Amino acid sequence: MPTRARPRARQAKAAPAVRPVSKPARPDVELLRVLSNAAAVSGDEGAVRRMVLEAIRPHVDEVKVDALGNVLAVKRAARRRAAPRLLLAAHMDEVGFMIVDHDTDGSLRFEVVGGVSERVLLGKAVLVGPRRLPGVIGAAPVHLLGSERLEMVVRPGQMRIDIGAGNQDAARRQAAVGERATFATEFAVLEAGEGGAMALRGKALDDRLGCASLIGLLRGGPYPVELHAAFTVQEEVGLRGARVAGYAVEPQAAIALDCTPANDLPDSRGRENTQYNARLGQGPVIYLADARTISDRRLVDYLRRLAEDAHLPYQIRQPGGGGTDAGAIQQTRAGVPVVSVSVPARYLHSPAALARTADWENSFRLLTLALERYDARVLKR
Amino acid sequence: MTVDVLAHVKALSSPPGLSGYEEPARTVIRSAWEPLTDEQHADRLGTYWAVRRGQGAPPRPRLMLAAHMDAIGLMVTRREGEFLRVANIGGIDPRVLPGQLVTVHGRQDLPAVVVAPPPFLLPKAKRDNVTPLAELLVDTGLPAERLAQLAHTGDLVSFAQPPVELLNEQLAAKSLDNRASVAALTVCLEALQGRPLVWDVYAVATVQEEVGLRGAGTSAYSLQPDLAVAVDVTYGSDAATREFAHRTFPLGGGPALGLGPNIHAGLFAAFKACAARAEIPYTIEAMPGHSGTDAFAIQVARAGIPTMVLSIPVRNMHTPVEVVALKDIARTGRLLAEFAASLDDQFMAGLTLD
Amino acid sequence: MKPLIKKLVESYGPSGSEDQIRELVRDEIRGLPDYITVDPLGNLIAVVKKKAKSGKKVILSAHLDEIGFVVSHIDERGFARMQPFGGVNPLACVGGRVRFADGRLGVIGLDARRDDLGKIPALSEMYLDVGATSRADCPLKVGDAAGFWRPMAELGERLVAKSLDDRIGVAILIETLRALKRTPHEVAFVFSVQEEVGLRGAGVAAFGLDADLGIAVDVTRTGDTPNGVKMDVSLGRGPAIKVRDTNLVADPRIKNLLLQRASEAGVPAQLEILEGGSTDASAMQIARGGVPAGCVSIPTRNIHTPSEMVDYRDVQGSVKLLLELLQKPIEL
Repeated sequence: MPTRARPRARQAKAAPAVRPVSKPARPDVELLRVLSNAAAVSGDEGAVRRMVLEAIRPHVDEVKVDALGNVLAVKRAARRRAAPRLLLAAHMDEVGFMIVDHDTDGSLRFEVVGGVSERVLLGKAVLVGPRRLPGVIGAAPVHLLGSERLEMVVRPGQMRIDIGAGNQDAARRQAAVGERATFATEFAVLEAGEGGAMALRGKALDDRLGCASLIGLLRGGPYPVELHAAFTVQEEVGLRGARVAGYAVEPQAAIALDCTPANDLPDSRGRENTQYNARLGQGPVIYLADARTISDRRLVDYLRRLAEDAHLPYQIRQPGGGGTDAGAIQQTRAGVPVVSVSVPARYLHSPAALARTADWENSFRLLTLALERYDARVLKR
Repeated sequence: MTVDVLAHVKALSSPPGLSGYEEPARTVIRSAWEPLTDEQHADRLGTYWAVRRGQGAPPRPRLMLAAHMDAIGLMVTRREGEFLRVANIGGIDPRVLPGQLVTVHGRQDLPAVVVAPPPFLLPKAKRDNVTPLAELLVDTGLPAERLAQLAHTGDLVSFAQPPVELLNEQLAAKSLDNRASVAALTVCLEALQGRPLVWDVYAVATVQEEVGLRGAGTSAYSLQPDLAVAVDVTYGSDAATREFAHRTFPLGGGPALGLGPNIHAGLFAAFKACAARAEIPYTIEAMPGHSGTDAFAIQVARAGIPTMVLSIPVRNMHTPVEVVALKDIARTGRLLAEFAASLDDQFMAGLTLD
Repeated sequence: MKPLIKKLVESYGPSGSEDQIRELVRDEIRGLPDYITVDPLGNLIAVVKKKAKSGKKVILSAHLDEIGFVVSHIDERGFARMQPFGGVNPLACVGGRVRFADGRLGVIGLDARRDDLGKIPALSEMYLDVGATSRADCPLKVGDAAGFWRPMAELGERLVAKSLDDRIGVAILIETLRALKRTPHEVAFVFSVQEEVGLRGAGVAAFGLDADLGIAVDVTRTGDTPNGVKMDVSLGRGPAIKVRDTNLVADPRIKNLLLQRASEAGVPAQLEILEGGSTDASAMQIARGGVPAGCVSIPTRNIHTPSEMVDYRDVQGSVKLLLELLQKPIEL
């Protein structure tokens, strides 16, 4: 079997001549706003990729875009010798829709990309294609349907996106098969009066919160680790970008920055909600196990100690379903110890997710500490 | 075009080559590809590749054209007196099994038939609907003692349906998924004969696609191509699929070009341009997630590979009477050849996702 | 071999919490291989280095982890809710006893008021009772993991215990390593982690080792119980050589070689087709550029319950088979 020498992947960028003075960085709400409003459905992440590249270039030593569209950046350690190699990953893609056909009345047939419940689709506004054409997912009026029909869940295959095209040809000219569509939600900061808890509402908080945090971490430092940042693609359709990023980087450990559902709503029968997964307002969520990963205990203990010593609130995610980029990275090459840290948010994968600013800020603080204090002793057996 | 596509497809359809046991298919492919390529190799899991070397300066970039050679079928799980019980290899459609002619590959090849027992012999819950695979039997006509000498647990059972030539140069045969695509690769290699190439072009007949894309990822790991194209079949449109019209493609409409996260957007654009230049008709297949092809495994091999999916429309997929338009096989092969011949040492530098 | 088996099956080690069982195994094999390492995910790898140029690099894999439970919530009265690690069978849970890493015991109870009393209860309708009276005095935390707790019993030639899946495979590997006198091959004994939650250890171990072939040693079902699955594998008829399971079509060359070596060693063997299960072999097969893979299976009744049952003669036969395989040339 002929072997071949592989050239290093292309597009390595040189460091800028003057390094910006490092200062303690905080999560940037305005950055989150533009990220949340951008459209980047799995496989079509260009809009967010461009924003990420622009935001991080002045703060990293190397950056490249790989074959799948991941942004891979390196921020070297203050002291390079024997600096541990850490990979932090946040995914750029969001769940959304793909246009698959044009119906005879000029409406667009679509399929869901990633896990979106059919229950949140009817009667919503969307934006279609690179030109962000406004459209709506309509519903037959309640007046015409009998009460029995009204109770039936409508399947996405029966739904259509209406962009106002009058016929099939007009629809074809406006929106091509393969184009993506997203919810049309505009990002908003919600305040509850003076000194009240602030909340954030928008689409794609999963995982633009993680992306904003990772950008913020790159703006900070320098750190005692060789920090590899992967802004990954296609997490929502199978952790695809993380898998190749993990292979390329070969880290000694990795942390996935994601968002996790806070299902902390009341049980209608008055019983205790025992399957809340995580709770709003209780701080960053550290994962012990989800459906794809059992976190490395040493990394979990490291994060817990940091949080406790710094008096930061944190919570442990309930073990159970779901998955993050950590699941794919853990399985690359000869294995990588991993953990995930998420911001809790309600109504993920729906038009409007809700998070508390304090949870985001605390997760950012925890991750900053994790980078500032990391050394080889963390993974000692 | 000197390849007689009809004869070649029939020759490819004939051997069983079930997932994990692809040797009989590999033999036919080897004899077709050896005269058309410079070097050939079978890897540890049995994936077979044959390379047409380019003339560019080394190290030359590599194009991988992957078509899985394994086919779905059945496997003997046990004998029950004169009868055999079977399990599936790959996604078998149980609706087409009762009355289906098969071959049991035991100590010798045994002609047999799959049968559904009459309802009074089945548990009540299983009488009304399609008889599940676990309740079907295979009858070779042999008495129990002779059967015990010839057939054992683990023996393969393949469909015995011979190919049927239909009107309009359409062929009904078993295993067109994915031997039709393998034939397209042969057409491609043929068309590249005598044409100058800059890149190395690898025709790769992968193994075990039907049981988890197992040959695709491993062979991509070994070959480390710069680009990869998975060639597979897609759903051909007909009356039975009318309600899925947006997901089916007409026979005779040329290959379907895949579009979605499993496909590199720049590669898609390149193939579209190539088809237009070569005046090859094509359709576009929206693939919002898993493409259902080897491309899903190849795309995430090592540090990631730009992938494309080309699909040949086939009716009645996963039955022994899959139907294909021979024209579509020839067109797919030609499109692959046009693309391969167009690759120069500037292509990768110019390839973008946006 | 029985004292070793007893020690292994009675040990604690649900998926992700394999530290204790890993140390126990390391102690058992000390001094036998040429070197021992623990890889990034916690797989224990013991290598006997190659003696002959024509020798192959072989992986033998058995998984350390057992199915188990992880605490997901403590309610106000000190009862704990749980999620499974691996394919826990709800039918085998109610009234079961579990043990945590620190030795603490618990009992699995069942909600009496459930939504559908006609259905098999789900794990979410069960709870762990460790004798606490309130959330405050409950010693458990979210994330604590437990396995079943049951002593081994002998029924004539049959051994009954929890986690014979796959501590019996671990025992077979240890015994094979102990008895291995001369081999031309490099043999990596991989005691893998997290098999039950998705074959997560073996694949990365195989990547790191880059072997010529891989053989898993794990359990398989039998068809020899009343109204059982239609499967031709029975207790007491020798090790089963895998032909196919849910995720693996075993390499026919390995299957045939194992059959041949079994015959040469005078070990009766069975052929196995398993529906509804897979092993480390599937993960090893797709590592790197592919690894020809197969599996030697121990016929086992009541898999994934606290009373799994094997026939001791099948276990001994497996060791003999593996020794015969390793002591002779391997040509694929």
